[in-house]
Parts: sequence; C-alpha cells; structure tokens
Amino acid sequence: MTTGETHRAIEAVFRIERARLIGGLARLVRDVDRAEELAQDALVIALSEWPGTGIPVNPGAWLMTAAKRRAIDAIRRDRMRDRKHEELVREQGGTTDSAAEDEMIAAMDEDPGDELLGLIFTACHPVLSPDARAALTLRVVGGLATDEIARAFLTSEATIAQRIVRAKKTIGKAGLTFEVPRGRERAERLASVLEVIYLIFNEGYAATSGEDLVRPALCQEAQRLARMLAALMPGDDPENAEIFGLLALIEIQASRLPARTGPDGALLTLNQQNRAHWDRLLIRRGLEALERAQAIRGDGPYALQAALAACHARAFTPAETDWGRIAALYDRLRVVMPSPVVDLNRAVAYSMAFGPEAGLRLIDQLASAAALRNYAPLPAARGDFLLRAGRPVEARAAFETAAGLTRNARERDFLLARAEACG
Amino acid sequence: MRVMVLVKATEDSEQGFNPTPETMAMMEAMGKFNEDLEKAGILLAGDGLKPSSEAKRVAFDGAGRSVIDGPFAETRELVAGFWLWQVKDMDEAVAWVKRCPNPMPGPSEIEIRPIYELEDLLPQAGG
Repeated sequence: MTTGETHRAIEAVFRIERARLIGGLARLVRDVDRAEELAQDALVIALSEWPGTGIPVNPGAWLMTAAKRRAIDAIRRDRMRDRKHEELVREQGGTTDSAAEDEMIAAMDEDPGDELLGLIFTACHPVLSPDARAALTLRVVGGLATDEIARAFLTSEATIAQRIVRAKKTIGKAGLTFEVPRGRERAERLASVLEVIYLIFNEGYAATSGEDLVRPALCQEAQRLARMLAALMPGDDPENAEIFGLLALIEIQASRLPARTGPDGALLTLNQQNRAHWDRLLIRRGLEALERAQAIRGDGPYALQAALAACHARAFTPAETDWGRIAALYDRLRVVMPSPVVDLNRAVAYSMAFGPEAGLRLIDQLASAAALRNYAPLPAARGDFLLRAGRPVEARAAFETAAGLTRNARERDFLLARAEACG
Repeated sequence: MRVMVLVKATEDSEQGFNPTPETMAMMEAMGKFNEDLEKAGILLAGDGLKPSSEAKRVAFDGAGRSVIDGPFAETRELVAGFWLWQVKDMDEAVAWVKRCPNPMPGPSEIEIRPIYELEDLLPQAGG
C-alpha cells in the first residue's frame, strides 16, 4: 500500500467512528466544537501511528482513548495555571484533584450506541430551529462537509457555516448534556429528532426548488439516520413506534425514486410511474418496519402515513389499489394530524373508494378552508370528481380555476389539457 | 452507492454448516457484526448460502436451457454468503469488510462489487 492509500484507509475508519467519537467527547467537554477538534486530533495521531502499528483491533476505542487523553491534558494544563496562583498563597504541595480525571477514565467504556444517540438527540434539540437541527445533524452525525450541506440545501456555504456555529453556541448556552433524554422529556425530544430526519428526507425527495427535483444524497442520509435510530433504540417500547413508522414511510417513499421522474426531468404522479421500477427491496424493508411499528401499536402520524404509502406499494397496478383501506386510514390520520391537505386527500380517497359523489360531498365542505383557498390541487380534484360524476361543464370550469392558481408551467398545461378534454 | 459484498466459499463452507463450538462462536461474532452494520445504517440485506451440493445451475445457449446439478468445482469462485450495503464510497465498504470476523475457519476472501445505479445505465451526454 502506498502512503496515500494507507491514509485513505485510515480516514475511512475514522469516518465510521467520527460521530460516536464526537458524541462521547461532547459529553465530556460539553462543547461540540471542542469535541470535533479533539476527534480531529485523534485522527492526526492515528495517521502518524497506524501506518507503523497497523489499524488496531478496536479502532473506535483507540481513537476515543487518544482523544480523551488530549482532553485530559488540556484540563490539567488549565488546572495547573489556576493552581499556581493558589500555591503561591497557601505554599502547599500539589495534591492532584483527580476526581474529574477518574470520571473521564470511567466514562471510557460507555456504550458507543448510547453516545451516538446522545449526539443525535442533542443535535436535534428543540432549542434549535428545524433548519439548524438539520444542518448540525448532517455535519456532526452524517459527517457531511459544510459545502456539501450548502449544496444540498441550495444555499451558500457561509449561511450553513453560520447556522452551524450558532447552533453549537446555543447548545453550549443551554447547557445541554449530550445524554439520551429520559422520562417525560423523551417523547418531545424524540418527535424533534424524527421531524429533522423527515425534513432532510423531504428536502431531497420533494425538492421544492433547484434544477434537480430529487436530490438522492439527502434522501440517503435521512434513510441512514432513520435506520440507525431504529437499530439503536429499543424496538419493543411502544414509545418508539413512530421511529419505525418514519423508517417505513421513508423506505417506501424512497422505493419510488427510480420511477419518479420522466425522461424530461418532470415529476410523475403515482399513476404515471412505471411500477416495475419501484425498488422492491426498499418496499420490503418499509413493510417490515411498518409491521414492527404496528406490533407495538404504532398509530401515530408517521405510522399512518407509512400505512398509506404501503397501500400504494402493494398495488402492482393503480387499479389494484385498496382505496377502501386508504379512506379508512385517512379517517384516522385526520384525527392525529388534522390538516386541510389531509382532508383533501381523504376526499380523493373517498371518491376512489365510494364514487365521485362521496368525494364531492367532502370536498365541498373543504372549499371554504382558508388554507386551501388558492390551492390548485383542490379545484383540480373537484374537476376530476365532477367529470367522473358526468358534469363536464362544471368540471371544465374547475380545471380552469386550478390552472389559474398553479405557478408550475407543466402543471398548468396539464390542467388546461384536462379542461379542454371536458368538451 | 450500493455494494454487494460476497463471502467466497471454501472447502469448509462447501461441507455445509456443522454446529461445533467453533462454528457457533463464529456465528455469534457474525451476529454482532451484523448488529454493528445495522446500527451504522448501512445494512440493506444479507444471508448465508447453503453449499453448492444443494445448488443447481441453468446453462443458457440460444434457445437451449439445461440444468446442471451441484456440487460445483472451482470452490474458491463460489459464493457462500452475501450482504447488500449502502455506503458512501468503496473506502467505507473496505473499512467495514476489514472489521468482519473471519467468516471461515481457514483463509478466505470477501469480494466487494459496486452495484449499477440508475445513473450508470443512462446514456452519457455526448457519449
């Protein structure tokens, strides 16, 4: 192996250990920046020693020990400085205050999974804005460089760098301990973690702007985070059901990535997608995760959305879709996650399961909702129900209203074509 | 990127699984390794394969299909197990494979093969 290859191999080992190192070190020094520096110091030491000694059997523990020694040295130096002052006054010999040091050594054998979880929960702490949580999580847990995160979020490197610096400061000021939360606080903190993972996933999946409508790198980071969380948290605790719900949801959504864009780069709807291109392995993984969620009575927003996604994933053709089940799932979803958009989707499901009149009844109750007043999908769905109900004149007007509301040129063309086809 | 990680067969693995204290210890170490892969979020799938004495091959030649029963020769070219991983790059895959406990009692090999992704199969612009 050349020196270059050896260094690359060591760096690859370091990347695997990095997040857990930062998590363990941050617990000690209560400072993400300092923890990152110490981890980096450990890499430098490894790069100088491992080419001679070979990569140790437990590289994670080796790196952690090296970094913690660095931290202890620094604390000792600080203490010496303080003590010199005291000694001058008291003229006393140095009894070493070793309590802190003992604590550090004792902390060395902690469970690596717990340290990693502690870091995830802290980077996703609700004291931070969702954007800051996402950037910090991608940086310290995902190991992405600042410019990679900036590219992914289509923003400048300076913006992301500043966002991360501020987030670290906020964590310091709040005195967070980098522990996994327990007790009453836990549910809220877990919800915050799941929100960040789904935000990262959606930023990649439903790219709202930019040239690429799908940015798979972000989807993959989110999948990795969700899988990590599912493997690290106890799977038999009903409080963790939404972890498996979220994992199921994003695995199933990601299964459609290969089929979601047409040759011209435009997004395709579920009905337009070539289902043969859906990733069956991800579907299977998603269905397994959903089963685990349901086994511990998962009935939260993520588990229900995953169950909805699963209904589509199980249908090899759009005609095979179980719309009755989808309608029933929307009945439950609107209770745990009330939103006009959920209600609109429920109306669509009702129209498919019970006929266009059923859809019309629900959608007409919604038409007055302020949030949907300028929402093109509402008149578009209404046009579809009306056409299927044999009322083409009203359908045409609804499609035209929808075309006037959308800002997406491709969608406008599609809606105008539907209006035209009403005759 | 996704990679298929292939555990190559040996004369031992071709004998089939035999629960001895040694093989049970190996299975346990492998179980721990699988857990680490899951906790790192990279494991998509994986399993062990029965020896080639239980395998069949279907040979293709034009319209012809003929079935060949195992066991097959060239033992070291056979596959005894596989994983499917999602990793950032080949360096990461290699680092993980190096952590794998010895999959066989004697010398053995593990091969890492990148999987064709959609973008690899699209016609290259100007190509």
